[in-house]
Amino acid sequence: MANTRPLVGRVLRSPVFFSVAAAVAVGALFLVGTGADPVTAYGAVFTGSLGSDGIGSTLTTGTSVLGMALALAIPLRAGLVNLGGDGQLVVGGISAAAVGLYAPLPPALTTLLALLAAMAAGALYAALAAVCDIRFGVPLLVSSLLLSYPASSLASYLVRYPLKEPGSSLPQTRRLPEGVELPAFGASTVTAGLVLVALAAVAYHVVDTRTAVGYEMRMTGLNPRFSAAAGVARGPQTLRLMAVSGAMAGLVGAVGVLSFPFRFLDGALTAPGYTWTGLTAALLAGAAPLGTVLASFFFAALQVGGLAMERTTEVPRELAQVLQAVVIVFLAARLRITWRPGRRRDASAPSGADRGATGRITTEKAEAL
Amino acid sequence: MLLDSDLVLSALRALTPILLAALGGALCERAGVFNIGLEGMMLMGCFTAVATSWFTGSPWLGVLAAALAAGAYALVLAVGAVTMKGDAVVLGVAMNLLAVGLTGFLLRTVFGVQGTFDDPGLAGLSEVAGFSPLAWLSWAAVALTAVLLSRHAWGLRLRGVGEAPESAATLGVSPTKYKYGAVLASGVLCGLAGAQLSLGNVTLFSENMTAGRGWIAVVAVMLGRALPWGVLLAALLFGLAEAAGFRLQGIGLPQQATDAAPYLATLIALFLTTAKRRRTTGATT
Repeated sequence: MANTRPLVGRVLRSPVFFSVAAAVAVGALFLVGTGADPVTAYGAVFTGSLGSDGIGSTLTTGTSVLGMALALAIPLRAGLVNLGGDGQLVVGGISAAAVGLYAPLPPALTTLLALLAAMAAGALYAALAAVCDIRFGVPLLVSSLLLSYPASSLASYLVRYPLKEPGSSLPQTRRLPEGVELPAFGASTVTAGLVLVALAAVAYHVVDTRTAVGYEMRMTGLNPRFSAAAGVARGPQTLRLMAVSGAMAGLVGAVGVLSFPFRFLDGALTAPGYTWTGLTAALLAGAAPLGTVLASFFFAALQVGGLAMERTTEVPRELAQVLQAVVIVFLAARLRITWRPGRRRDASAPSGADRGATGRITTEKAEAL
Repeated sequence: MLLDSDLVLSALRALTPILLAALGGALCERAGVFNIGLEGMMLMGCFTAVATSWFTGSPWLGVLAAALAAGAYALVLAVGAVTMKGDAVVLGVAMNLLAVGLTGFLLRTVFGVQGTFDDPGLAGLSEVAGFSPLAWLSWAAVALTAVLLSRHAWGLRLRGVGEAPESAATLGVSPTKYKYGAVLASGVLCGLAGAQLSLGNVTLFSENMTAGRGWIAVVAVMLGRALPWGVLLAALLFGLAEAAGFRLQGIGLPQQATDAAPYLATLIALFLTTAKRRRTTGATT
């Protein structure tokens, strides 16, 4: 159906455009409700996020948002929802901090090792959730989410006791040694982390469009029964995708620790809500690689611009989060669902009680962008 | 002694919000709507309860308003998932996010504070015979939904709608009506759960104060197989884990270990029940 309709018409009719426009309208109502002028406020969002003062901040936030969005998009492409991003992020962050502080290596190698350790830790933790799903039948949605809380508690314990900075009143590790950090661009807060995340996005794009693995992922997402019948082994695929997803989340944790403030501070990685913003970005894009990049920077700009809006119009920055959620609410109403009844790998056994538990999402790829 | 009557009592106190929300989730599950927006609906209830109690001086009006507001919020899920046939999982996730943003936004605009609204003038719920009135209500709701689902025509139709919507429609039962009813009821129950959290357990509102309890309720629905008594047992398990956690903290275990306990207990319980269910049904995977 490509190009049968004019491009503008297709864009205007796409659910994504509709959702974003609807959210902007809802936001305008909120703004009027609080007595602010929507034009001024949205103008402040725009200049505050993309102007010369805000662009660095948008790119820094965008690095983490895109990282988490990729982490969630990769399994989502195959219809798997990883809700444990926070846990995997924190496990990665604390591993990077521990390696960064204690590895007896030259600084550059320590940085590299810290990144790898974080990715390995995130991958293992996410794989644990996958094993819960595959071996024990606890739905991935739930196992990944439930495992997130103990991970945060464990990290919190580590930075309060064994890894705590001596003499500090804050629950944080010592600052990483000189040189063990990601190089920054000039005087900005934008670090090589952006490059790493961008490379990951490129890799995801290539895998998605050019390889058999990517084809299998999309096929599973669109029609799990067909892909199973065509010989895609569901269990190993889930395990692999979750491991990659967790590694990506772990990488974001490492980037957070290896950038300012160069230490692990309890709650600092999860408080900005990168996991949830990333998930919304991935959902908005239907997990498509390029769309995920665009959606991530859109939401990052919205968040950073929200701060600027708060400064100029005194409208609380939480409005950005409201807008973000409203986009997805409108979009979700347009998404097609394919609940798979029964157990994940034997599609033929229907069971009413389990239906909701093993729900899977099909992303509307064709129309998403 | 770790397990004694005190522990059970504090477990019973801890479980009310989860039980109320999980009952709502169970109704939805029975009607064939997967509701993972419980957390967000609860949070809306928390805020509305506190705001109404503050402005009217009556915690009871707070409870009522919380039930109404969360019920209205549940309409988003009903319209999106039932009428528009949208994706319930995505909607639920979005609703949870929206509730965090919305309550944070309102906290700033209505009370002009960030993080926590905590005022000595805020009226909380008083206890009736040692328990919050909403705790008593939650136990009554368990019995009521159990009877409704297993004996009453209304409950049977609800289950029919969830299990075989086409057949139900053929028999003249409107799936849409029953699904709407279940989703709105879950909103009301979550609103009560939120009121219990913000006016019963404590008397304050803080951002994201539900802290995963709505998710635990979602798990309690699975664990209890969407049966009211099963859901009660599952919520009790969570309450026990939380109460035991506090107890263990008293004897020197770090707080972080006890914070994690309820989630781990729930996960382990899920392992055991799904493994057992699989053995008994003989399903091989």
